[in-house]
Amino acid sequence: MSILVLAEHNNEILKEATKKAITAASKIANPVHVLVAGIDCANAANDAASTEGVEKVLLAENSQYKNMLSEPISELLIDLMSEYDYLVSAATTNGKNILPRVAAKLDVSQISEIIGVINGKTFQRPIYAGNAIATVESSTDKNVITIRTTAFETAKESKSTAEISSIGIEKNPGLSEFIEEKVSGGERPELTSAGTIVSGGRGMQSGDNFKLLESVADKLGAAVGASRAAVDAGFVPNEYQVGQTGKVVAPELYIAVGISGAIQHLAGMKDSKVIVAINKDDEAPIFEVADYGLVADLFDAVPDLDKELEKIQK
Amino acid sequence: MKILVPVKRVVDYNVKIRVDKETNAVDLNNVKMSINPFDEIAVEEAIRIKEGGKCDEIVVVSLGPEQSKETIRNALAMGADRGIHVKTEHSPEPLLVAKVLAKIIEKESFDLVILGKQSIDDDCNQTGQMLSALLDCSIGTYASKIEIEDDSFVVTREIDGGLQTIKLAKPAVLTTDLRLNEPRYASLPNIMKAKQKTIDDVDPSDLQIEMQPKVVTKKVEEPPARIGGGKVDSIEDLVDKLKNVSGVI
Repeated sequence: MSILVLAEHNNEILKEATKKAITAASKIANPVHVLVAGIDCANAANDAASTEGVEKVLLAENSQYKNMLSEPISELLIDLMSEYDYLVSAATTNGKNILPRVAAKLDVSQISEIIGVINGKTFQRPIYAGNAIATVESSTDKNVITIRTTAFETAKESKSTAEISSIGIEKNPGLSEFIEEKVSGGERPELTSAGTIVSGGRGMQSGDNFKLLESVADKLGAAVGASRAAVDAGFVPNEYQVGQTGKVVAPELYIAVGISGAIQHLAGMKDSKVIVAINKDDEAPIFEVADYGLVADLFDAVPDLDKELEKIQK
Repeated sequence: MKILVPVKRVVDYNVKIRVDKETNAVDLNNVKMSINPFDEIAVEEAIRIKEGGKCDEIVVVSLGPEQSKETIRNALAMGADRGIHVKTEHSPEPLLVAKVLAKIIEKESFDLVILGKQSIDDDCNQTGQMLSALLDCSIGTYASKIEIEDDSFVVTREIDGGLQTIKLAKPAVLTTDLRLNEPRYASLPNIMKAKQKTIDDVDPSDLQIEMQPKVVTKKVEEPPARIGGGKVDSIEDLVDKLKNVSGVI
């Protein structure tokens, strides 16, 4: 039973989300092959080849794959899937965008955002913003699956190197064209792979006040996130959003500041190892999931936290 | 231009659902139901496009039990023109929904389909992408801005790293993200007017689609509860606990 993993990469290395998808894939079926598509991405293919659990890497280099547009990538995957039983990807925006298109062409359902593998046909996945866990069973020979990355470990580096095979290029349906991308990037770790996250909510009152959180985040080597309310209010851009429909995260430490804790936000962070909540409303639902709740005005507490952390650093 | 907007009736986003241990399913008895929030954004976007003079008709379609008509009525009260109700006992899996939608589109052509990016009950995030595959047309998921050109759509998408802008050939399937718009409330006169608008009934058996699901739910459980509620008195106390008890800083 062979399984193909669609990789995401920055041309040099695989994204951590993909390495988690590789771990999940090895639990579902073997051998695991990885597709690295893009342009000038041979280094990413090398990274894939030296990842534990990977038996073969397919490298498809062509400018039409550069921006991971759904139409050309799904054409490529549909062709490749004649050779595979499973197609897997991390449930990133790219994975979620591309895989259902492939599934429909194969006339199979997609199993979205699995958090557990019972056997090759049976999986666990969260529904209702993670307030219930469904065990679902597929009846088809081929299966298309996305992985909730917080539920799986990152695949380690392997001692051996898998074979890399360059594959030919199929047609581009020509339905879509890339115009531009505005990616904030920066020095901080990515939300979905950060060990510590400092998040702000409506209580932050303005985008400017997020500087308070950034200062704390810098001291902890943390990523900065936000609740939907803070993103909707325009304090920070959309890519900061943690929640049911934003990013799902599970860092070692999650510090929620001025976040009341709507169901939709809790869905995105409640699997964090340690949760800290700072909020002046002692009735806020965020305290129900917090290991350490501090009822305080964030505009006093956050600068104090910043100073305490500075002391520790010295 | 004609726009099709599929909408789904789901448990209201404010409801904290409960798993019924006897039936192994989410308890839907006496639970408030509403239009899926992302679908409401899709309806609003279609209405704004029509108000901008770039659309002639908005058709709203819903699959589900009889009560799904209320969801359609809701969209008609916002400003959509007519409805189609495909009566099914439960809400079918995304692939089946996409197949039904494709059949409807086969009968009367649409230049644009706008759907919610995911429904907040099963959180699948598939239907729009699958529909685009069945129609062999372009797909723009997670739209936060839609611009209409003569033979294409320029769509700004919310992606993991930020925003991406792409140009899609017509016809297209687009799915909405949160920041696309803020849906309006239906006014009382429009709610009254919506009662006169047509909702056509479609029997799925007339569509020649095998409605058998390919994935079945074996059981539904409550997730393991998180034990929280711990409090600290001060920042010093907090930092001490994080460092010496939890060891995370």
